[in-house]
Amino acid sequence: MHDEHDHDHDHGSHLTDMELRVRALESVLLEKGYVDPKALDLLIESYETRIGPHNGARVVAKAWADPDYKARLLADASSAIAELGYTGRQGEHMVALENTDEVHNLVVCTLCSCYPWPVLGLPPVWYKSAPYRSRAVLDPRAVLAEFGVSLPPHKEIKVWDSTAEIRYLVLPQRPAGAEAWREDELSRLVTRDSMIGTGLAKSPSEVS
Amino acid sequence: MNGAQDMGGMMGFGPVAAEPDEPVFHADWERRAFALTLAMAVPGGWNIDQSRAARESLNPAQYLAKSYYEIWIAGLEKLMAERGLVTPEEIESGKALQPAKAGANVLEAARVESALARGRPTERPPVAPQRLKVGDRVLARNMHPLGHTRLPRYVRGHLGAITHVHGAHVLPDSHATGGGENPQWLYTVRFEAQELWGEAADPSASVSVDAWESYLEPV
Repeated sequence: MHDEHDHDHDHGSHLTDMELRVRALESVLLEKGYVDPKALDLLIESYETRIGPHNGARVVAKAWADPDYKARLLADASSAIAELGYTGRQGEHMVALENTDEVHNLVVCTLCSCYPWPVLGLPPVWYKSAPYRSRAVLDPRAVLAEFGVSLPPHKEIKVWDSTAEIRYLVLPQRPAGAEAWREDELSRLVTRDSMIGTGLAKSPSEVS
Repeated sequence: MNGAQDMGGMMGFGPVAAEPDEPVFHADWERRAFALTLAMAVPGGWNIDQSRAARESLNPAQYLAKSYYEIWIAGLEKLMAERGLVTPEEIESGKALQPAKAGANVLEAARVESALARGRPTERPPVAPQRLKVGDRVLARNMHPLGHTRLPRYVRGHLGAITHVHGAHVLPDSHATGGGENPQWLYTVRFEAQELWGEAADPSASVSVDAWESYLEPV
């Protein structure tokens, strides 16, 4: 599971073995009529533009701004997230995990790469990689430190290993100093990593 | 299967290397690999558990040496070959060498958005009574099936407690082999870090997994 940068040289003129193999595969599938090329483009475009962590940031910002929505999100995350139009593949059964002064939540998939696509998009390479999958459950505090997150020593850490089709979204703590901010402004404080648990929300001074 | 995918608790892979401003894909072939894998599940007819089982069946040395989308492509090639959709020789040559399988469905562009928005929910009406409830102490079974399972090795033989009940869900172990959905009650089970990793582990940490009823024994 090494970094793709180690062996991808697609900036040059020659093609890598994988580039050639996947091109050959796609040619065969098109020739046999198994795939619609427009569908392939649409799948890629959906996850490069429409479906990504900006969706989850809206959910979090709304939960920060609206206590009733937050209560619905924590009680039935699938329905509350669907209110904003985010449903479907790899987010069919959602659970929201609230970070508090006492508890920090961290999400992993040790067995593969399970991740809540409708709200976060496709997972980053590190989330799918051996270093994270092996150690998030074994030594979460050290993993958090590698992300620059140092928690008070007494703070409880709950790690959630996504072993079924339940998908987890962390509701990060709302940072101080944004009490007067509107929902759309608040969403700028919400990072992807803060919704996985490997980061915290930004402070207002970081974005203004 | 006790394969290389079951990584929880392994050591020696080094620190987590996060990439600033990471793109969704790192090469054009990754884009195509992603889209082809999603699209081919329609003519292929396989389910997510069969996809995972195909990826996990890689020899552990190969699994660890491949990048994420290289594993996806290896899994896809295996699933297609098993069903007679595309042969390895066709991929080598980049040309169809035998006729397409008759009657295969195609994911059409007009159906992409609705298919993504619908997803594939796994909750089913229960077919058996719920045997465990929140607060129950349970033992994760010491089991080592040859086929696909979603009970990670690092919890097997350890004691935990039920914290959530999620209804009945499709059982991956049978779904992956074409043995049917066999829905079972699904629970979240919390294990204290010291129960899993010994007394040197963080006393304020826990790990929760989602586990089907047959993975658990009441204690």
